[in-house]
Amino acid sequence: MDPNAIDKAPDAAAAWPDQIYDLLKKHEIRQVCLVPDAGHSRLIKRCLADNEITVTTLTTEEEGIALMQGAWLGGDKAVLLMQSSGVGNCINMLSLSHIHRCPMPMLVTMRGDFGEFNPAQIPMGNATQAVLEAMGTLVKRADTPEDIAPTVDATIRMAFNTFRPTATLIGQRVIGAKTFGKD
Amino acid sequence: MLAESGKIDRREMTRALLADRGDLAVIAGLGAPCWDITAVGDHPLNLPLWGGMGAAAMIGLGLALAQPDRKVLVITGDGEMLMGIGALATIAVKKPKNLSIVVQDNEHYGETGMQETATKYGVDLVAMAKGAGFKHTMFVIKPEEVPALRAAIHAGEGPFFAVVKIDASSHKLVLPPRDGSIIQNRMREAILGPAAHHQL
Repeated sequence: MDPNAIDKAPDAAAAWPDQIYDLLKKHEIRQVCLVPDAGHSRLIKRCLADNEITVTTLTTEEEGIALMQGAWLGGDKAVLLMQSSGVGNCINMLSLSHIHRCPMPMLVTMRGDFGEFNPAQIPMGNATQAVLEAMGTLVKRADTPEDIAPTVDATIRMAFNTFRPTATLIGQRVIGAKTFGKD
Repeated sequence: MLAESGKIDRREMTRALLADRGDLAVIAGLGAPCWDITAVGDHPLNLPLWGGMGAAAMIGLGLALAQPDRKVLVITGDGEMLMGIGALATIAVKKPKNLSIVVQDNEHYGETGMQETATKYGVDLVAMAKGAGFKHTMFVIKPEEVPALRAAIHAGEGPFFAVVKIDASSHKLVLPPRDGSIIQNRMREAILGPAAHHQL
């Protein structure tokens, strides 16, 4: 992790990024699309190192909603990794999931959530769950490290078992809030 | 294939591109491209989009990555392509050989009252695709170029990007099925067989 990166990455001892990777394998996820987030940095590295997972880096998160639609047309299971600010970019595109009944699991690392330093992160962070739910997404929060793997497991299962958008919000309480040196 | 304006007729061009299509999968961006692909022959391997403006090219990418041995064609309009223009960068980086994008460029938003798009003022989508890294592109203004366009789609040397300047007039509405789950799942069955409906 770049020590000058502005966002917080999970502690090296944290088990949950590897647990999410194991869940992607268990559920036979073949495509992972993302706009990077520090909270997902280790998971992204694991996916990039896996020849059975195609990783697509997006210019904006809504591309990922469309990509998941295309992947499912071709029989690939996909997930979208993003930061909470990216959820706002996805809103209209989530209609694809309802139009076609396409599974669309999203794993969201929260900013603007718990102890946030940056005022610019607050509006979208505070609205993330509400706007996802307004678009018919099943949203479950994970605010402790132990909660993350079972919540992600449920999010992936509910997407592919019930054909709709689902999301796990990984709370900033787990990841930690960057303080910009103002500890 | 020429309209009275001297420009290519969108529907006749679509008919030529989809003739003898084989197992080509087609994603159509919302609006007139959907009516065009349906008018020339509704097909289980057609995915006409009723919404999700800006999605067409990225849906094509997801399908092309999932099915690398199948050719995938995205047919969309200039307004729809402009809304999802970042996809050109995303697709150029992934370099899917089996993906082609054809923009029917009438320089207008046809479904909303024919307001002008940016291409009317010279925005060059082919140059943008080249700048993103597309090695194979075409800019088509003459009917006699359409056979080469069709050949490029079937060549499998993508990602391929083309703009066809078309006549701006509208054609008769020919609507595809309106239930998106039918449209999606008939394509999944055509690609994956009946097992598609039992995928977990």
